[in-house]
Amino acid sequence: MDRFVWTSGLLEINETLVIQQRGVRIYDGEEKIKFDAGTLLLSTHRLIWRDQKNHECCMAILLSQIVFIEEQAAGIGKSAKIVVHLHPAPPNKEPGPFQSSKNSYIKLSFKEHGQIEFYRRLSEEMTQRRWENMPVSQSLQTNRGPQPGRIRAVGIVGIERKLEEKRKETDKNISEAFEDLSKLMIKAKEMVELSKSIANKIKDKQGDITEDETIRFKSYLLSMGIANPVTRETYGSGTQYHMQLAKQLAGILQVPLEERGGIMSLTEVYCLVNRARGMEPLVATLLLSTSMRSTFLRFYMLRVFDSGVMVIELQSHKEEEMVASALETVSEKGSLTSEEFAKLVGMSVLLAKERLLLAEKMGHLCRDDSVEGLRFYPNLFMTQS
Amino acid sequence: MAMSFEWPWQYRFPPFFTLQPNVDTRQKQLAAWCSLVLSFCRLHKQSSMTVMEAQESPLFNNVKLQRSKGHLFLLPDSSLKYLWRKAEGRQQTEGKLPVESIQIVLEELRKKGNLEWLDKSKSSFLIMWRRPEEWGKLIYQWVSRSGQNNSVFTLYELTNGEDTEDEEFHGLDEATLLRALQALQQEHKAEIITVSDGRGVKFF
Repeated sequence: MDRFVWTSGLLEINETLVIQQRGVRIYDGEEKIKFDAGTLLLSTHRLIWRDQKNHECCMAILLSQIVFIEEQAAGIGKSAKIVVHLHPAPPNKEPGPFQSSKNSYIKLSFKEHGQIEFYRRLSEEMTQRRWENMPVSQSLQTNRGPQPGRIRAVGIVGIERKLEEKRKETDKNISEAFEDLSKLMIKAKEMVELSKSIANKIKDKQGDITEDETIRFKSYLLSMGIANPVTRETYGSGTQYHMQLAKQLAGILQVPLEERGGIMSLTEVYCLVNRARGMEPLVATLLLSTSMRSTFLRFYMLRVFDSGVMVIELQSHKEEEMVASALETVSEKGSLTSEEFAKLVGMSVLLAKERLLLAEKMGHLCRDDSVEGLRFYPNLFMTQS
Repeated sequence: MAMSFEWPWQYRFPPFFTLQPNVDTRQKQLAAWCSLVLSFCRLHKQSSMTVMEAQESPLFNNVKLQRSKGHLFLLPDSSLKYLWRKAEGRQQTEGKLPVESIQIVLEELRKKGNLEWLDKSKSSFLIMWRRPEEWGKLIYQWVSRSGQNNSVFTLYELTNGEDTEDEEFHGLDEATLLRALQALQQEHKAEIITVSDGRGVKFF
């Protein structure tokens, strides 16, 4: 019982709660002590006990101090227990409820049940030893009361910085908008010249309006987005605006696609593009039609899976080849769900599922659909005779 | 249950209990199911079954199916084994082929000629590990071999008589036997007749 240290009970960064259970009593070895009713919390790093009546009374031991654990089944008038055998306390241990104890084990009695699940989770944590991979601060063991004078300076500076960035972005957007406007002004000037010349010719009845002038006039109308039934057919790939949009979209996507392994769902693209554009959001339907334009498809591929999910892929991306590596990954692990696969490979669950489904479609994987969920296995039906 | 029945590797493979959406995979799966049903019924000498019985039978329920994550090893003797990671609790859940899929397997067997529905509501069926035509052929071969063409036999004699003790069709259930003889009748190799206390057959 001398391994426990007082704690505030607050979890550190990187420390996560696994399970908690009310109604737990602690025994020092075989002896009953005053800690008879508390909430027991298991985190990735510690076992914490907090008195149900007095929340200030809170103590913990590190999971790394546990040697092994045992279950003790319930009996008549006796609750089920977990016996926790501990390493000796380190010499520089922080203060706790007991300075010394002759016992090197404690018992946790589950008066309101919950022992089975708690034991299972504790065993898991002991096996996985997640505390080794996720270091927490040294202050874990100290009693952290409120610390006066701790200014959340980071926060304010962060907010200021964000405001500054936003201002710069807005500036940029406005300049870009005016860029388009200045181009328009140039065009407008030309248009004005042309219409002046036509008007004069009509006035002076000076010869015909040349074919060249007609064409120029029509193209000005078009570039301004004015629909002209005659030329729409010849201008099949859409107006200048849409082409520009397609080019802009293509530019925005290159790096993000590379970073995500060459494939992104259209919803991810939507979020990305609208964050980048800031002031001028792109509606979903316009994004979809833009991604279908030949200007865009010169750089990327738009693919629709059987499920209806749409993705943008780099030209170099070969989803069918990724399927081969997916098969290897699944084979290594015996079987995988979409979530497990996504976690292993570092993909979104949506795209992970599509890849597994594609592998199934190609005959490399088969499925096991049960109450436990959907799992994919290597397709032994085809490979085993 | 007969201890000597050896379940095929698929029986321990969880996807076996999910009807596969991929058409090619499904074909292999159904072929394996058909084969399993026939060998199971053959060993247990079961010639007929109800759908309810089938649903409860170990044939379509592997109560010991292991689903937990593990490594899959195919041993040299073609048995399938999982290697468990010791710390993880095993998730032992049933492998249960859903009734709709059982119906599909039964339909496959019917198409292949190994199954016949015994009632209109399709609640019970006759299962024949050899198709009636195949049985018919075997019986006729024995008849010819033993020079007994133009003889008359009671059904009982054929399946339970001393003379047929060494034959494969010895002990064959009556329903299957009848269908085998009907197949021969179609080929004009036999005729089912009525004898004093039941039915018999004359071979040509």
